[in-house]
Amino acid sequence: MTRFDVAIVGGGLAGCSAALHARLKGASVILLERGRCGGQASGVNYGGVRQQGRHPAELPLACRSRQIWGRLAELVGTDCEFTATGHLKLARNDADMQSLLAYRDIARDYGIDLEILSVADLQCRYPYLGDGYSGASLCAADGQANPRLAAPAFARKARELGVTVREHCELEHAEKVADGFQLTIKGEAEQLTAGRLINTAGAWGARVARWFGDEVDEQVMAPNMCVTEPVAPLIGPNLGICGGSIYLRQTKNGSVVFGAGLGVADADRLWARPLAHVSMEAARAAIAMVPQLANVLVVRTWTGIEGRMPDGLPVLGESRKAQGLFHAFGFSGHGFQLGPAVGAVLAELCLDGTSATPIDGLSLGRFGLARALASAPSMLPKQ
Amino acid sequence: MIIGAGPAGISAAKTLAAAGERPVVIDENVYPGGQIFRRPPAAFARNETQLYGFDASRARRLKSTFEAIAPSIEYRAETLVWSVEDRRLHVSTAGILKCMPFSRILLATGAMDRVIPINGWTAPGVFSLGAAQIALKAQATFIGKRVVFIGTGPLLYLVAYQYAKAGADVAAVLDSSKPFSKITALPALLADISNFSRGLFYVSQLRLRGVKIQTAIAPVEIVAGDRGVSSIRYEQSGQQGQSDCDAVAIGYGLRSETQLADLLGLSFQFDRRQRQWLPVTDGAGRTSVPHVYIAGDGASVRGSEVAEWEGELAALSLLEDMGRGSQKRASVLRRRIDSLSPFRRALDEHVFPFPHHFAEAIRDETIVCRCEGITAGQIRETVATTGEADINRIKAFSRLGMGRCQGRVCGAAACELIAATARTDISATGRLRGQAPLKPIPLSILAGDRR
Repeated sequence: MTRFDVAIVGGGLAGCSAALHARLKGASVILLERGRCGGQASGVNYGGVRQQGRHPAELPLACRSRQIWGRLAELVGTDCEFTATGHLKLARNDADMQSLLAYRDIARDYGIDLEILSVADLQCRYPYLGDGYSGASLCAADGQANPRLAAPAFARKARELGVTVREHCELEHAEKVADGFQLTIKGEAEQLTAGRLINTAGAWGARVARWFGDEVDEQVMAPNMCVTEPVAPLIGPNLGICGGSIYLRQTKNGSVVFGAGLGVADADRLWARPLAHVSMEAARAAIAMVPQLANVLVVRTWTGIEGRMPDGLPVLGESRKAQGLFHAFGFSGHGFQLGPAVGAVLAELCLDGTSATPIDGLSLGRFGLARALASAPSMLPKQ
Repeated sequence: MIIGAGPAGISAAKTLAAAGERPVVIDENVYPGGQIFRRPPAAFARNETQLYGFDASRARRLKSTFEAIAPSIEYRAETLVWSVEDRRLHVSTAGILKCMPFSRILLATGAMDRVIPINGWTAPGVFSLGAAQIALKAQATFIGKRVVFIGTGPLLYLVAYQYAKAGADVAAVLDSSKPFSKITALPALLADISNFSRGLFYVSQLRLRGVKIQTAIAPVEIVAGDRGVSSIRYEQSGQQGQSDCDAVAIGYGLRSETQLADLLGLSFQFDRRQRQWLPVTDGAGRTSVPHVYIAGDGASVRGSEVAEWEGELAALSLLEDMGRGSQKRASVLRRRIDSLSPFRRALDEHVFPFPHHFAEAIRDETIVCRCEGITAGQIRETVATTGEADINRIKAFSRLGMGRCQGRVCGAAACELIAATARTDISATGRLRGQAPLKPIPLSILAGDRR
């Protein structure tokens, strides 16, 4: 029976980063991925590297991740096309402006600088933007990267350093044993054991958690993405809008990537599709945001399966039921930026027993009370 | 719902109309006829004989068939299918989007050229064989004054002949195969004596006109300067050859257009002879998805006559599944199609084999994906550094096939290149996933903005 210090289920960005960071700490690591590393949410998302606009519970993680994004080349041998283009969040009205101002103060507490821009500033600095905005908030340190490259790059580096990365390898079941975890792989007789288990199974994370009695509601979501043919450099920062209806960026090669709304997904069949009417709505929103895009060709739409938590925040932390089991899933459509730090924190939690990065608001336990209340009637005796 | 108004689509429409159905026929072109019977605008007065030669009578028949059924079908010309979801087809006509529900769909999407890139193929004056033929049929023009035809397949000689006959200066026909050299293929070729003799006729006509025909060649490069193409260099049994020209038409046979089949969720299998993934069928037009049928070159490249029979056969299968088929007619069609398969196999395997080894010889600096400017060297490097051989992974890492052609032009050659670099079987490279829109569509049209 082969034994590892750490076993990781799920080769998304968080899982691959956890593998790399655990290995850098000297652990023996195996990463199990049912398909290909970065094949689901981590590889098919929008590619925003954004701290601005996040819930405070995520901000320490986002700040740490931003540091890792900045030295990616050093860490994994490629920058994954990360560029600090800035992230501009547009206000639709005065109320939005007020919320941007309030958020600036929150962000400042975490060391994130946001610049508030007036309508005149917008017109002067970003003349390609459509009309009707009341202003914006700019986070110059934010930017964008190529999601197709990131998880595979972490996986490659991890493998180089000695991590056993097994793709097309499905974890059928895992259970807690005296000295760790026993893992059964689909179609294989031999079992693996590991001292620690990290669950980064994305949209399937809650299923893994359930093996150990960690009950949590996780839904699936499929962000509807579109990309155009390359056009001359036009759009500087990664663009978002209060209310989040559309997000849009131009890549280094000139393509414009944008997303709005959701496609359809089926986690059991590993199947997800963008929807025509959602892409059409997205096209309208994209033209409203940058009118010069009207005659640009859309060449592709796509989506992938992401996990979504009821409160839109990920689950990150140790299991309440199984010591040595660490969860990080349900990133609710905004896990790409967080991925690198999530991996680092997971490695620290499982090998050092603690992390300097606060993740208090992200524990699985936060759903406990709500769940208990929701399931209370069923505990009453039948009348 | 029938997608495509070539021989397969029209004959399917005729069959359904005869059974009292009212099929909707979606066609990207202005006129029905598909690629093979593509028509020029009405102002360009050229008759069928001038346009289609030996196929003139078939062209006339198909045209009159179409005219006869026109009142019983709904024909949507210049209509692009850009997506399909379950049983809703999303189309675009003259910049207006429409969603069309259907209960059954018959795909007759045809095929397009298969190109192997060489240095210079992106220069002005280089066209695919199919495009060269479109220029002639639909625009009554030539791609250049002095044209070289290079590649292999029946279309190579046909288009060269059509150009020569229409008065173009055909500088050379450069065939990578050595057709008609395999005696073993002869019996199979004689199975379709009329097509075989046509081939011989084209060759002899080209020779009579003094056109240089070189076989068993390997392309070296297309030489092009500021003013476009000036010559093409090739190799033939170790000797260097060169043909001066101002335009080149290039094509190594055809590959099926399967993007819509993919979006509809059909099962595919790798076809060794055609070296591509093709939808699985029951031989009578049924696919792995109950309400989806398929016929013609989009199912497997077998030419326009087989396509016509397959269209009818698939329509009969569809009718049968609705409880009203004619088995007698279906078995006649199946026999006819089967009787031609030895001919097609001989063409694919012996007469005009696809020279996949050329992909291996593509120079590192040659652009393979012209939309994104990805060279053979970059693809080889991506394969080497990532250890990947799956075309979708290579696409994700290198941008190969991500541009406007969506991999339709570069995909086939890229798979060969990847397989050769990774030293794996071509089937292991997989197939490019279909994604909406099936062809690029302006944002303003997608947005329903009619400016």
